[in-house]
Amino acid sequence: MNPEALDVALTMSMLLHAKPMDEVHVMRKVVIDGSNTTGFQRTAVIALNGSITVEGVEVPIEQVTLEEDSGRKTGDTKTSVIFRIDRLGVPLIEVSTGPVIHDPEQAGKVAFAIGRILRATKEVKRGLGSIRQDLNVSIKNGALIEVKGVQELELVSKAVGYEVQRQLALLEIRDELRQRNVKASDIKEEFVDITDILSDSESKIVQSALNQGGAALALELPSFKGLLKRELIPNVRLGTEMAKRAVFWGRVGGIFHSDELPAYGIDSNHVEEVAKKLGCGDLDGFVIVVDSLENSKDGLRAVVERAREAVERVPEETRAANPDGTTVYLRPRPGAARMYPETDVPPVQIGQDRLERLWENLPRMPEELAKELGTNHSLSPKLATQLVDSDYLLLFEQIVAQAKGVAPSFVATILTESLRSLQREQVPVDNLQEDQLRRAFDLVSKGATAKESVIDVLKWLAFHPDGVAEEAVDMLNLRMLTKLDLENIISKVVESNQTLVQENGSKALGRMMNLVMGEVRGRADPRQVTELLRSRLEQVRT
Amino acid sequence: MTVLALEGYHGGVLQKLRKSRAKIGSIIRLTSKSGEVFEGTLIPRSEYSDPTHIVLKMKNGYNVGISLDRTEKLEVIGEGEKPHFTKPSPPANHAGLSKVAIISTGGTIASRVDYRTGAVQPALTAADLASVVPELSSIAKIDTHILFSEYSENIGPTHWKGMAEEVAKKIANVAEGVVISHGTDTLHYTAAALSFALANIPVPVLLVGAQRSSDRPSSDAASNLTGAVALAARADIATVGVAMHRDLSDHIIVAHQGTRVRKCHTSRRDAFRSINSNPLASYDLKTGEIELSKGVAKRDKSRKLVLESRFDQHACLIKFYPGMNPGMIDSAVSTGARGIVLEGTGLGHVSGHLFDSVKKALKQEVPVFMTSQTIWGRVDMNVYNTGRDLLNLGVTPLEDMIAETAVVKLMWVAAQTKSAGKIRDMMLQPVAGEMTSRTLVEAS
Repeated sequence: MNPEALDVALTMSMLLHAKPMDEVHVMRKVVIDGSNTTGFQRTAVIALNGSITVEGVEVPIEQVTLEEDSGRKTGDTKTSVIFRIDRLGVPLIEVSTGPVIHDPEQAGKVAFAIGRILRATKEVKRGLGSIRQDLNVSIKNGALIEVKGVQELELVSKAVGYEVQRQLALLEIRDELRQRNVKASDIKEEFVDITDILSDSESKIVQSALNQGGAALALELPSFKGLLKRELIPNVRLGTEMAKRAVFWGRVGGIFHSDELPAYGIDSNHVEEVAKKLGCGDLDGFVIVVDSLENSKDGLRAVVERAREAVERVPEETRAANPDGTTVYLRPRPGAARMYPETDVPPVQIGQDRLERLWENLPRMPEELAKELGTNHSLSPKLATQLVDSDYLLLFEQIVAQAKGVAPSFVATILTESLRSLQREQVPVDNLQEDQLRRAFDLVSKGATAKESVIDVLKWLAFHPDGVAEEAVDMLNLRMLTKLDLENIISKVVESNQTLVQENGSKALGRMMNLVMGEVRGRADPRQVTELLRSRLEQVRT
Repeated sequence: MTVLALEGYHGGVLQKLRKSRAKIGSIIRLTSKSGEVFEGTLIPRSEYSDPTHIVLKMKNGYNVGISLDRTEKLEVIGEGEKPHFTKPSPPANHAGLSKVAIISTGGTIASRVDYRTGAVQPALTAADLASVVPELSSIAKIDTHILFSEYSENIGPTHWKGMAEEVAKKIANVAEGVVISHGTDTLHYTAAALSFALANIPVPVLLVGAQRSSDRPSSDAASNLTGAVALAARADIATVGVAMHRDLSDHIIVAHQGTRVRKCHTSRRDAFRSINSNPLASYDLKTGEIELSKGVAKRDKSRKLVLESRFDQHACLIKFYPGMNPGMIDSAVSTGARGIVLEGTGLGHVSGHLFDSVKKALKQEVPVFMTSQTIWGRVDMNVYNTGRDLLNLGVTPLEDMIAETAVVKLMWVAAQTKSAGKIRDMMLQPVAGEMTSRTLVEAS
């Protein structure tokens, strides 16, 4: 086991007031979605029973584990899933809170608080996805649902909200099915071959599957009419839930359900004939799958299971978060049975010496850190806190040490407020490399560009991820003017405004200043401009 | 059953556990001096671990180790579910399938994991196999036999003899093919040994192993076994071979010739490579199609098997390296070597400071053979002076024979004759495709 990763996990545990284990045992957790090439993820409990206080409420930290990260899914086709494995095996710390979070906003706050403590170790990778939230959401009469891959903090409360909404909608559907007197046993695993009915369909999906020797199978869903199209959360209907199951278990491209037909090249005649062949009544629905016979059968079996669950309960699932906070079915929820010992890694004894060493070097907590930053660099408490909560604390310290003569508060403002407002303007600030940022401030420090130009430089760099700050300064014409250049410009402006100067004398300075700055803004230090302009005006008068 | 003993615990922890009447599998509650409470199932401990920690499996499946020093109280609060194993029902018999004998010698190709303790138990009755690899029962009629259970590094000439005799029995018992499961480390030595021991074979005999044990989802055990059984049942070949993955994907299982195969990677699924040759046949796991290479020996049930399974262990394989002490060769001779295979550099060279020792060996009627440590290629000792010098001393080049195959052949040859001259002659006489005079382009 990587000793540094273990140290970070132990440090993290101490910050969360969790008790480290005496001996760490590595387990294999079976993961067969392809995201781990070994088919299992190695994971170990590092500490138990911690707690943190978030806005006066104590939140138990049940467990801190050290795991290896999985591959990142980058796409899929009908028959394969594509993963990037550059993240595979990177140490990952999992912090599990107790089930004491009662509303979506609180969930967001707790996630934020844990993220701050994680960052305090200064060992957390910067960028999207380096801190992810897996949410366990359950409601009364609902089920425990694990939502994976919430990458942005802002999404936590939204995802929780949607999940609550989805479970409530499923319970409503269940009650409605019960009112219609449907029992799970009424949904029969009987698939009817309707290949002949669909053989003249104009649907490309149907035609291509049938041309490859596939079959069109249909399944009756008694009394489901109208419920399949019931929206649970935006863009997720009961039919969608069934489709995702069919895709997962049957390797099919999708399903057609009666609430969305006629459409997709299946016309009303087809629908009528299928309903007739299945013996559907007015309230009955049906599902069609067109694929190889084996896949179609597996797909419909999954639909049967999901339909039976719809009558009985909200099924326990692991779901994946979409960027908008809605979720889709990912896989069934695994239990403790998928854990078994990793025999290739011997147990690691932690030992008192190690704990003492880590204890003595415990990083300061965010509040302390902010206070210290404020004092050392004369930052306002607000700015210092923002900096601690940003991804740029380390970079800030480097820049301030390196770029002499640039005010720390200026650096801090750019790295926090300015970048955030650029982001709001849809500037892709995530593209900015640390080196680009460092060099931009360097140029200010050397006097090659004005500090007013930094934002424009960064904006340019965000759109040119391969560019360097020097290039940005030249491209944007933001290089500082020499004294001679400045004097020439000032002379010109003074000459073309002779009357103004003559009439107002030294009082013309303010207005003249505006005119000159209009030409040289971003390329000259205003103090220098004032100085040169004043002496020029003196000259003109004498 | 061993799981019920306090496996792996010793010293103070063992005493404490005994006193509390705890058993492996008991549900235990530990209360620490600071008042923390841990509950879980008592798990066996590795035999080499210290005597101060207790391992519990918590309810969520994680194992944790708790120090005895920190423990105030240890109570047994329940008995866990006893490990049980329901015997799978025997596989359905499909009519018209070929009979394939599976002989198990060890390795983890067919095993099941007790998920509670993580213990790996072998599974090798026909019913077990069918439950672990259900595909098998639709490929062939399986007859299984556990010959012994050894790590492959412990397998040697005595085991080879036992395997060869068992294979002869199975063939006499009209098996259409024989599959031998075997640990992978020395699989290619065994493959070479059986190639020499079983002459004139009527059906294929395929050794099979797994690079990843079957307790890992990435295991190649089931796919290799499926491929081996399919090739043994249906491929029109009659050779001793090794059936393993062709590449990294679970797609093609290839059969390599037993005398021309070598393990070339510690862990990859395609660790076994045909050296200076191409695989004999391949099996497509998806389509079930079999492809044969040109010129392979075909099945012929009328052929009469000739068994010659003696091996003389007084054979020696010495790898040359810069700075090698010539005393290594002297010591091989003085400890009774009846022949020495040198694994020389490049085209077949060793340093001039070994010449005296080589000379001494040859003078004492110990033939010296040359192979190359480059693994691929053919020795040619006529290209450089050192090679010519060695030839002149009386060293015998072994063409394109793999060093490992050469030492196995030397053991086999030495068991059949007392004469050094005869040993030399027999080494140069191809017996089981171990050596060819023509170098072919290998398929990549």
